[in-house]
Amino acid sequence: MNNIIKRYIPQILAILFVVLIFGFLTMNAQTNMDNRGIDFGFGFLSQESSFDVQFSLIEYSGSDSYARAFLVGLLNTLLVSFISIIFCTILGVIIGVARLSSNYLIKNTAAWYVEFFRNIPLLLQIFFWYYAALRALPMPEKANAWFGVTYMTVKGYYIPAMVWENLNVFLYCGLAAIIAIIVIRIYAIRLRDTQGKQIPVLLYSAALLIVLPLLSFLFGGVSLEFEIPELKKLSKISYIYEGGISLPPELIALVLALSLYTSTFVAECVRAGIEGVTKGQKEAAASVGLTPNQVLKLVIMPQALRIIIPPTTNQYLNLTKNSSLAAAIAYPDLVLVFAGTALMQTGKAIEIVSITMLTYLTISLTIAAIMNWYNKKIEIKEK
Amino acid sequence: MFKIIKQLTSVVAMFAVLFAFSTETMAAKKSKTLENTKKRGFVRCGVSQGLPGFSNADESGNWTGIDVDVCRAVAAATLGDATKVKFTPLSAKERFTALTSGEIDILSRNTTWTLSRDADIGLTFVGVNFYDGQGFMVRKGSGISSTGEFKNGTSVCTNLGTTTELNMRDFFDSRGISYEPVVFEKADEVVAAYDAGRCDTYTTDKSGLAAQRTKLSAPDDHVVLPETISKEPLGPVVRQGDSVWEDIVRWSLNTMIEAEEYGVNSSNADMMKTSNNPAIKRLVGAEGELGAAFGLDNDWNLRIIKQVGNYGESYKRNIADTGILPDRGPNELWTKGGILYVPPAR
Repeated sequence: MNNIIKRYIPQILAILFVVLIFGFLTMNAQTNMDNRGIDFGFGFLSQESSFDVQFSLIEYSGSDSYARAFLVGLLNTLLVSFISIIFCTILGVIIGVARLSSNYLIKNTAAWYVEFFRNIPLLLQIFFWYYAALRALPMPEKANAWFGVTYMTVKGYYIPAMVWENLNVFLYCGLAAIIAIIVIRIYAIRLRDTQGKQIPVLLYSAALLIVLPLLSFLFGGVSLEFEIPELKKLSKISYIYEGGISLPPELIALVLALSLYTSTFVAECVRAGIEGVTKGQKEAAASVGLTPNQVLKLVIMPQALRIIIPPTTNQYLNLTKNSSLAAAIAYPDLVLVFAGTALMQTGKAIEIVSITMLTYLTISLTIAAIMNWYNKKIEIKEK
Repeated sequence: MFKIIKQLTSVVAMFAVLFAFSTETMAAKKSKTLENTKKRGFVRCGVSQGLPGFSNADESGNWTGIDVDVCRAVAAATLGDATKVKFTPLSAKERFTALTSGEIDILSRNTTWTLSRDADIGLTFVGVNFYDGQGFMVRKGSGISSTGEFKNGTSVCTNLGTTTELNMRDFFDSRGISYEPVVFEKADEVVAAYDAGRCDTYTTDKSGLAAQRTKLSAPDDHVVLPETISKEPLGPVVRQGDSVWEDIVRWSLNTMIEAEEYGVNSSNADMMKTSNNPAIKRLVGAEGELGAAFGLDNDWNLRIIKQVGNYGESYKRNIADTGILPDRGPNELWTKGGILYVPPAR
């Protein structure tokens, strides 16, 4: 009994304390808002937003609601975070491995890269890439074609748009390929466990992934055409490209800054992970007759990943939250569109800031959950 | 034991802070902005982060501009000294929150008076100190001479959180032109991006365009188009719910405008006490008890005119002489063909 009291009383008190503080703050805010004639409510979300957004993944215009403007901002935040996470991972792994290279030049270049990019404030890097790019990039009419059909200009990177016919058939073929790959993998594992035979799963998978969608072009009536951007005159001296897709320079600068900055931290995580696996493991694996590739795949990486994943998760979370610096260079992310323009036009500061905070919290928790699931999957399984 | 005491003290301190905050906010309910200002000894005024002619700080931190002069006038009226103002530079996004949360008592930051701002968000506009309208700036070489020549795909640089964003949409939508809005949080960033060729045009209030043009690398290569696409009456704002304070700010501004109308300025104000015109005598505190209604003494308006000057002096000093907008346009007195017209001070 005494033990139970000792255990629970402090916890109950702590919870009570937190509830009291929140209650008090809410009440205080409520009184202050009443005094100043500000209403609290989320009704504004269904009102017409009446402002336009530069870049949106979904159909959006000023006659849509604030709720849709929120969605536009959210998707833009997710887009920039997603692309940057992929780039920073690829770059981070390469740099991290390079730091362990025995080649003096590669090793030191990687070390300099890490020290340089992680020690300059991110906001400065964003400004640098944005304004440096704006100064350095050509006007649309002077741009040279990259790969014949894409144009990098001060107004954005113009790429051809894909015009599909029977896109769903193509997607079904892709899905079928993925299912087939999963089946082959399961079969390969069973084959290995029962008969000790190894089959080249990677090769089969790649073949399936290429051949099946290719078949859909030949027999499924799928066709793909490209809409190539064309130069159009706006005035005597100003041009744009029409047709195709335009990636705004704000997005490119932001992705560049976020991935370069975060890749340095990922590189350090990777280096720590690989160095964390003792040399004896490698030697032992070699002595039982595994090939160098198998040593890396079956012995080193599974152990290294366990060390790499948790700190890398932190970096992904940081990157996502850092993407809110987008507002500084006019990339229409959640903060600029919703906590910026929408907040200004409605004056609903408390509501909008709470929604924005909750949204970031949800994104971060989701990323953390995915990474934790992956971490669980690869951690040591006691048998 | 010591640890427990330490913890307890921090808890008590935390509550003390929270309650202190709460009592301060309760005071505002009783319309005591004036009393608090007197107690504090300075007027808390929200201004822009640097818009020449309206509110701009020099290297030594001295603020000048016609928006700044409104706050100085209020300080002269309430505290007797036009220099007793604490200026808080605010972005367009922060300005209303700063006012409604009680961080500042006057927002004098080239803010457009609109119905929703006035009615919705706990603010009250007290008057207009500059009649403006939204315009477009383009490169001279583009050959564009009117807004009718914009084509589909025009990219437009502007500021976040302003009526500009809404007007711009109304303008392009009503003409069926598709455009690319590039929206920055700070004016300096808009200027830099426009200067670098990111946008074909830069839109904001025309006075703003005239002022920002001076910051471009080659100001003469740019031109402001003649059309005005919106009404932008700019004026000072106060919090809702303190009608006395609201009146003080309104009539401080009105005094400056009326003083110009009657030819009273900073150098002749004292002499005007013996004028034959009762309207002028009221304006310099020599007749009537105009200050009593606000809880001020009778020389409040005389101090405004002597220390800050009349509206014409303020305009000349800040906007005309700095070359921003030498022509007063609609911001001329109604007696001289403009639309500046204030209710009589009597």
